[in-house]
Amino acid sequence: MVTVYRRDSGITRRELMRRAGTLGVGGLLVVSGGTVICPPQAWGLEPKALKAETVATLIQMARDIYPHDRIADRFYAVAVKNHDVKAAEDADYRAMLEEGVADLDSRAGGEGYRFVGWEEDRTAILKDIEDSAFFQSLRADLVTGLYNQKDVWPVFGYEGESYSKGGYIDRGFDDIDWL
Amino acid sequence: MAAPYDLNDDSVVVIIGSGAGGGTLGNELAQKGIDVVILEAGPRIEYQDFINDEWDAFSQLSWLDPRTASGGWRLAKDFPGLPAWIVKAVGGTTTHWAGASLRFQEHEFKPRTHYSAVDGANLIDWPITLADLAPYYAKAEDKMGVTRTNGIPGLPGNNNYKVFEAGAKKLGYKEVSTGRMAINSEWRDDRMACQQTGFCFQGCKWGAKWSTLYTEIPKGEATGRLEVRPQSQVLKIEHDTDGKASEVVYADRDGDLQRQKARIVCVAGNSIESPRLLLNSASNLFPDGLANSSGQVGKNYMRHTTASVYAIFDKPVRMWRGTTMAGIVQDEARHDPSRGFVGGYEMETLSLGLPFMAAFLNPGSWGRSFTTALDHYENMAGLWIVGEDMPQEQNAVKLHGEEKDEYGLPIPDVRFTDHPNDVAMREHAFRQASALYDAVGATRTMPTPPYPSTHNLGTNRMSEKPEEGVVNKWGQTHDIPNLFVSDGSQFTSGAAENPTLTIVALAVRQAEYIADQMAKREI
Repeated sequence: MVTVYRRDSGITRRELMRRAGTLGVGGLLVVSGGTVICPPQAWGLEPKALKAETVATLIQMARDIYPHDRIADRFYAVAVKNHDVKAAEDADYRAMLEEGVADLDSRAGGEGYRFVGWEEDRTAILKDIEDSAFFQSLRADLVTGLYNQKDVWPVFGYEGESYSKGGYIDRGFDDIDWL
Repeated sequence: MAAPYDLNDDSVVVIIGSGAGGGTLGNELAQKGIDVVILEAGPRIEYQDFINDEWDAFSQLSWLDPRTASGGWRLAKDFPGLPAWIVKAVGGTTTHWAGASLRFQEHEFKPRTHYSAVDGANLIDWPITLADLAPYYAKAEDKMGVTRTNGIPGLPGNNNYKVFEAGAKKLGYKEVSTGRMAINSEWRDDRMACQQTGFCFQGCKWGAKWSTLYTEIPKGEATGRLEVRPQSQVLKIEHDTDGKASEVVYADRDGDLQRQKARIVCVAGNSIESPRLLLNSASNLFPDGLANSSGQVGKNYMRHTTASVYAIFDKPVRMWRGTTMAGIVQDEARHDPSRGFVGGYEMETLSLGLPFMAAFLNPGSWGRSFTTALDHYENMAGLWIVGEDMPQEQNAVKLHGEEKDEYGLPIPDVRFTDHPNDVAMREHAFRQASALYDAVGATRTMPTPPYPSTHNLGTNRMSEKPEEGVVNKWGQTHDIPNLFVSDGSQFTSGAAENPTLTIVALAVRQAEYIADQMAKREI
C-alpha cells in the first residue's frame, strides 16, 4: 500500500513522482517540499506566494464549487494559479486567501478541509461562507478561469472556433437524427 | 465638397454613433448629397478581424466604459458594472446583433389605446402608425436583405431550430419558422451567404449578417459625402445664443478635445449614452440638459421583458452549430389580456458557447445543480424570450452622483425594476417554453434570467405632446429644431419585436425629413 504524504516529507518531488508513477497513487493531491503534486497525472505546482497546503485546499475548494467529475485536477489548478499570482502582487489578497483557508480548516476540524471525505460535507462548510469575499473571489474568477480554458471545452463537447473550418454548413449544423 | 471635413465646417450634419440608427442615417443623407460627419466612440474593426471566441470578442467589441446598474433587477446584483451588452466600435451594436428583423404590429404603436391605463406604467401612443412606417419598413428590409421578404428564401434550420420547431408544433403553435433574418441565405448585395458558423454575437466573419460596418458606411463613404471618425468620443453638444445646436465637443483617439461645428446634430449613441450626452450637455440656457423641457430625457428606460430557457435531452443537440437565432415562434406575440398581462412576446432560438453558458446560465450559482447542467452542454437546446415591457418613469438612465469617467463627466447609472406586467409575462413565457421542450422529451429545463441588456430603448421617447416626451414623430427634439435623436432611445414603447429593423426604418424616414427640411431652409 502506498503512503500518501500530507506534510513536508523530505522526499524529493522526482522521487515522489517516480514512486507514484510506479505504484499508482489515487487522485489525491500531495503537498511536498512547498509544492502541490498530483502524482498520477505527473504535474506539480510550486506556489509563488501562497503556502502549498493553501493551494491544495483552494484546488479542492474550486472543485467543490464547480464539480465536474470528468475534469482533471490540473484544470482546477490552472484556475487557482491565477490567485497565487495575484497574491504575490497583493499582500492583502494573500492574507485573505490564507485566512480564508485557515478558517475553512478550522470549520472542518480534524486534519482540515481537504481531508473531509464527502463532497456534501465540504459543500456544507462552503455554504456557510458563500457570502464572504474569500469565497466569492474564488468563485467569480473560476467562471472564466475554469470554463474559458480551451483545453477543457472538449470534455463538454464544445467545439469552439469554427470559421477556419468553414463553419458548420458542411459539418453537421443540421445533423440531428433523433427527433 | 468631398470628405473629410474641416472642424470649422458648419454646413455638415454631425451624427453621433455609427450603429443601426447613425450608420443608416449617415448613408441615407450622403446618398442625397448631404455632407455628413459620423463621430464614433469606438475603433474601426473590419469583419475579417472579428474573433470566434466569446470572451476575446467581448473584450474586442463591447462598450466597457464604467456604468452602474441599480434598482430591483437581478442584473444590479449579478453584473453591477455591466447593465448592457452593447458595442463600442464602428457599426455599433449591428456588429453584435443576432439579425432578427420583425415589423411591429399595428396595435403596438398604440399601447395606451389598446392596453388602456396600466398602473405604474407611463404608457402613451406613438405619434406614428404602422401605415406611416410601412413604406420605410419595406425599404429597410430590402436594404438589409431580410429573409422571407423581397423573395429572399428563409435560412435553413440548424439543430437547435429543429428541436425548437418540433416542440412548438407538438404544443400546437402555428407561426413557427426560421424567421425574418438580416442574414443572407444566398449571395446578395455583394455579401456571401451564411456559412452556419455560429458566433453571430461575436461579429460575422463572413459579412453574411447585415451590419452598418460593411454595408451602409462604405456605401456612404463611396459618395464622397460621408466621413466616419472612429475613436471620437463625444462629450458635449453645445448651442449658440439662439439655443440651436452649433458644435460637438469630442475626445479624439489621443484623448485631445476637438470641436466639430455642425448645421444639424443627430444623436445615435444607444439608449444609455444618448440621454447621458443630452444630460451632460446642460448649460445656462438648458440647465436640465438639452431637449429636456419635458423632464423625460433618460426616463422610461426599457430593455424588453427577456429571459431564456435551456433544456437538456437524452441525446446530443449541439445547439452552438449554425446561425445563433434563426428560429421563431410568434403565436404569443399577440395582445391577449386573458393570459394575465398586456402585450406579447416572441420566442427565438438562442445558444451560448460554453464560456458564456457558464457565466449566464444562473449567475452566482455553484454546486452540482449548476455543474450537472453544464456537463450536458452538448445535449442542450435553448431559446430566448423577448416581449414588450412597460415604460416606467422611475426606470431611467441618470447621471451618477459620484463616479466620473476619464474625461471627468458623470458616468451613467441604469436603474430598472420589472413592472408586475413584465413579471407576469416572463412567468408565462417560462411555462410555455418549458412545455415546448418537454413536448419533445426534455429531461430538464432551466429558466435562465435576463442577460445584460441588448435592447436598450425609450430614454428619449417620441411623443405627440412636447410635455410627454423628447422628440416628435420625426425624431426631431421638441425643444431644439436642429437636434435629432436617431436611435432606439426614441421608441415610445418597446413592442414585442427585436428593435433593429424599426430603428433602421425610422432612420430612413428621418433622412427624408432632414433632407426636405434642409432643402426648404427650415433647419
